[in-house]
Amino acid sequence: MNEVEILSDEILNLSILQLDALREIGNVGAGNSATALSQIINRKIDMTVPKIAIMPLGEVPDVVGGPDAMVAGVYLRVFGPAPSSILFLLPRDSAFYLVDMLMGREQGHTTSLNSMDESALMEIGNILAGAYLNALSHFTSLTLLPSIPALAMDMAGAILSVILIQLGQMGDHALVIETEFTTESDGVKGHFFLIPDPGSLNTILAAIGVKE
Amino acid sequence: MSELIKVGMADYKVGRNPCSLISYGLGSCIGIALYDTVTKIGGLAHIMLPDSTQARSAENPAKFANTALPLMLDEMVKLGAVKSRITAKIAGGAQMFTFANATDVMRVGERNAEAVRMLLKKMDIKMLADDTGGNYGRTVELHLDTGIYRVRTIAKGEKEL
Repeated sequence: MNEVEILSDEILNLSILQLDALREIGNVGAGNSATALSQIINRKIDMTVPKIAIMPLGEVPDVVGGPDAMVAGVYLRVFGPAPSSILFLLPRDSAFYLVDMLMGREQGHTTSLNSMDESALMEIGNILAGAYLNALSHFTSLTLLPSIPALAMDMAGAILSVILIQLGQMGDHALVIETEFTTESDGVKGHFFLIPDPGSLNTILAAIGVKE
Repeated sequence: MSELIKVGMADYKVGRNPCSLISYGLGSCIGIALYDTVTKIGGLAHIMLPDSTQARSAENPAKFANTALPLMLDEMVKLGAVKSRITAKIAGGAQMFTFANATDVMRVGERNAEAVRMLLKKMDIKMLADDTGGNYGRTVELHLDTGIYRVRTIAKGEKEL
């Protein structure tokens, strides 16, 4: 499982200290989410040290397998002093694998999602977002609350456009903090994005005391 | 098989028959196809936002409808296309996620489509086809031999504009 985080993008001016702080938040947030997921699916999950990269917006879909890859996306808004968006993306096969596991069905059973499956995936998105926001709230002492989730199953580029357009209003690059998750036996892959609204990244940096 | 030229997000490409221009996975973005039937010169822009004057950063002109379209038109004219013959077809502008109280952030697809229509009108380019809206992604391909603009989706089939 890959955990990826895009954090806004007034990014090109960030100091080493600020990047380190964001990497650490990413690390702890991803750790919380991995623990939550591990408990839900009852599998051990291993995690790598996060990699940090700044890339042009147009290249972000390649991180998740290209713009025409089929994925399930769970989208939530974050309310509070640092309004943001969260997007959790799963390749189609991983989404089917997860719902089979959650619904107690034989692997390979699911070939399209019914409304119960969709609810289950949204709930996973909800729990991962909650775990992530807990870590972020803890670091920043900001109260951050997620909205109810929305789900879409479509091309990765199309789903990512929702957040890339938000980033595009601020600049041409995305900061991607990537942590790889792997389950012990099988390939469940996923990508987690946090996108602060304009101004929210500054609020977060100020709250953890690394604002220039 | 003629050459297939890929157009990424916030980018545009122009070409001349024989070739096709393709852009994968449009969501709220708009794929604007321009075509001159006589010279078979065409262009495809994959724009993300309506207007560069409302954005904080305008480094990449191909990101915005109002800056991408004049640049693409110029390049087509340089290749030999005649402006008065150029027509447009557009696709995209979906709203991928539905919330009960959709904010402006969520309705960007609709705003993109509206801005592109107004821009084409202002630039005096005739729009022949408009496949925008909905809640699904589109892959678009402009065939420069015929001017056919093919729109592929996952759940809603395929159409030719």
